[in-house]
Amino acid sequence: MIKLENITKDYSNAGETVKVLKGITFTIKDGEFVAIMGPSGSGKSTLMHILGALDTPTGGKYFLDEHDVSSYSQKDLAHIRKDKIGFVFQAFNLLPRATVLRNVALPLIYARVPKEERDKRAREALLSTGLSEDRFEHLSNQLSGGQMQRVAIARALVTNPSLILADEPTGNLDTQTGELVLETFKKLNAKGHTIILITHERDVAEHAQRIIHIRDGLVVKEEVGKN
Amino acid sequence: MRIADLLEETYTAVSTNKARSALTILGIVIGIASVIAMTAIGQGAQASIESSITSAGANLLYVSPGQQRGVGVSVSSGRGSAQTLTQDDATAIQSSISQVKAVEPEVSQRYQITVKGGNTNTNVIGTTDAYPDVRNTQIAEGVFISSADLQNYNRVAVLGPTTVTDLFGEGSDPLGQKIRINNMEFTVIGITVAKGGSGFQNPDDAVYVPLTTAQRYLSGNKYVSSIAVEAVDSESMTAVQQQITDLLLQRHNISDPTLADFSVINQADIVATASSVTGTFTILLASIAGISLLVGGVGIMNMMLTNVTERTREIGLRKAIGAEEGDISMQFLLESVMLTFFGGAFGVILGWILAWGVQHFGFASTKVTLETVLLAFGVSAAIGIVFGYYPARRASKMNPIVALRFE
Repeated sequence: MIKLENITKDYSNAGETVKVLKGITFTIKDGEFVAIMGPSGSGKSTLMHILGALDTPTGGKYFLDEHDVSSYSQKDLAHIRKDKIGFVFQAFNLLPRATVLRNVALPLIYARVPKEERDKRAREALLSTGLSEDRFEHLSNQLSGGQMQRVAIARALVTNPSLILADEPTGNLDTQTGELVLETFKKLNAKGHTIILITHERDVAEHAQRIIHIRDGLVVKEEVGKN
Repeated sequence: MRIADLLEETYTAVSTNKARSALTILGIVIGIASVIAMTAIGQGAQASIESSITSAGANLLYVSPGQQRGVGVSVSSGRGSAQTLTQDDATAIQSSISQVKAVEPEVSQRYQITVKGGNTNTNVIGTTDAYPDVRNTQIAEGVFISSADLQNYNRVAVLGPTTVTDLFGEGSDPLGQKIRINNMEFTVIGITVAKGGSGFQNPDDAVYVPLTTAQRYLSGNKYVSSIAVEAVDSESMTAVQQQITDLLLQRHNISDPTLADFSVINQADIVATASSVTGTFTILLASIAGISLLVGGVGIMNMMLTNVTERTREIGLRKAIGAEEGDISMQFLLESVMLTFFGGAFGVILGWILAWGVQHFGFASTKVTLETVLLAFGVSAAIGIVFGYYPARRASKMNPIVALRFE
C-alpha cells in the first residue's frame, strides 16, 4: 500500500528555489500495476526517487506499508530500499564482469542471506522472468539487451519487495524486446507484485492497469490502462 | 554484510582487473622488499659485529691504565698512556676476587720483525699461558706459551696466521725457525688458528711472546699495558667490575674514584655501543626504504580513487539495493588493504630473496628476523587503511541518485 499526501520537492540552485513537485497526492493498492507518465521536466524522475526511498520530500507525507518514509534518515532509507523496494533501471546497471546469478543474488548479500539460499532464490527469480537456465552462469555483459533487462528484473524481484519500481525499463530496447519485457512485468503483476512503471511513452504506459499523468509537478489526469 | 561475502566481493573486484592490481601493488612490493632487505643487512652487520666482539672471549672485562697525572699539575697525556698496572695487580685480582675465572695481563707494542728474506711491522704481545682460554684462541700448529716459558724468560714466539704469511710467505712451515724482534732472536713454537678481525685489532696479525720475556727484553720495565679479566658468568660482570675498581684504588692508594689511574671496561658496554651504532645504521637504511613504501601507498590511493570514479554507477546501484554507507566504505577499504596485503606478502618474499642474494654473493652478511617480517605485514596493512580511507569514504558518501546517473 502506497500513499502520497501532498508531496512537494524544492531544489535550490544558485540561490534560486525551483519547485519540482508542487503537491502530489495518490494511492496505489497492493497488487496494482500503475504507470506514471509525463514528458521530461514534468518531475516524474524526482517523484520516482521519492517513491524509491532514494530521496525525501520537502513537504508532505509518503507512507509505504504504514512506514512514514518521508521523515526517514539516510540509514533508515537504505533499510527500506533493502527490504521493500526493487529497482529496474533504463540502463540495466548490472555488474559487467559478474555472472547472471551473482548479479541477481547481490541484494541478498546486503540482507545477510546465507549463500545456499541466495543461490536458490536467485534461480527462482530468474526462472520467473523467463530467462533460460543455460544463461545463469554467463557473464552479464555477454547477454543481449532484453536478457539483461530480465536479469535486472530478477534482481529487483529476489528480495520479494512490496514494490517494484521500473524507470523507463524499455528505453534502451527495441520495440519487440520492449514488449517482451513488459509482458514479463504483466506476468509478475498477475502473481501479485505491485509494479510502478515510469515512462514518457504512451505505448508503454498503456500496458499498466492505471495511468497517472504528471505535468509541471502536479497530477493532471488519471486514466485506466488497457491491461 | 557478512565477512565472508565482503571478502568475496572484494576479492572479485581485485582479481577482475589483474594487470592494474598487479601494477599498483608493485610499489608496495618494492617498498616492503627494500625494507626487509635493508633491515636484514643492518641486522646482519649488528650480529656479525657482536659475534666478533664476543669471539675475543666471553664475559670479559678490560683493565687499562688511565691518564698520567702529576701531583698538583693537570697535564693530561691521554688515557692508556700511563704506566700504572703491573703483573702484581693482575695476580691480586685473580687471588682476591672470587667471581674471577681467569686473568690475562699483557704488554703490547709494535716492533719490526725480521727473518731471513722477509720482515713486517706488527703487534708484539707479551702474555701468559692464560691467553688461549681467556681470549678464546686456538693453536693450529705447535704449542702456546707455557708457564715454564714464563718462569725461564724463554725467547719463544707464537705467530698469528697473517704474520706467518707476511714473514715466510704462503704455505711455509715456520715451526722451529728463528725470528728477530727488536734485534733479539726468538724461536717460533706455534701458530694460532685464524679468527678474523674483531673490529678493534686483528688477532691474526700478531706475535705472542711470554710476558716475562717481553718485560725483560722488550719494554724493560715491570708494567703491563692491559689486563683482561674473565668473570665466571655474565651476571657477575657488574659486581666484578666494581670489585676490581675497589681493589685497584686501594692498591694504588687512591681515595677519590674520579682520580683513578686506570679504567675498567665491561665487554657488554662495548657490545652495547657497537649495537647502538649498527642500530642507527639499520634505522637509516630502513627509513630510506620506508620512503619508497610511502610512494607505494600514494600509488594505492591514486588507483583506489580511479576505481571509485570508474565504479560510480556500481556504487549507486549497491546503494539503491540497500547497501549502507558502512557496507560501501568497508568494501573499498578492504580492497585497498587486500592489495597492500598481497603487496606485503610478495614484498617479504622478494626481500628475503634479496637478503639471501646479498649474503650468498658475499656483499654483506644478512639476517631476516620474524619481527621484521611481521612488522612489514603490519605496515603494509596499515598503509592500506591509511591510503584507502579517503577513497572509501568518498565512495560511501556518494549520493545514489547522482551516482546512478553518472556517465
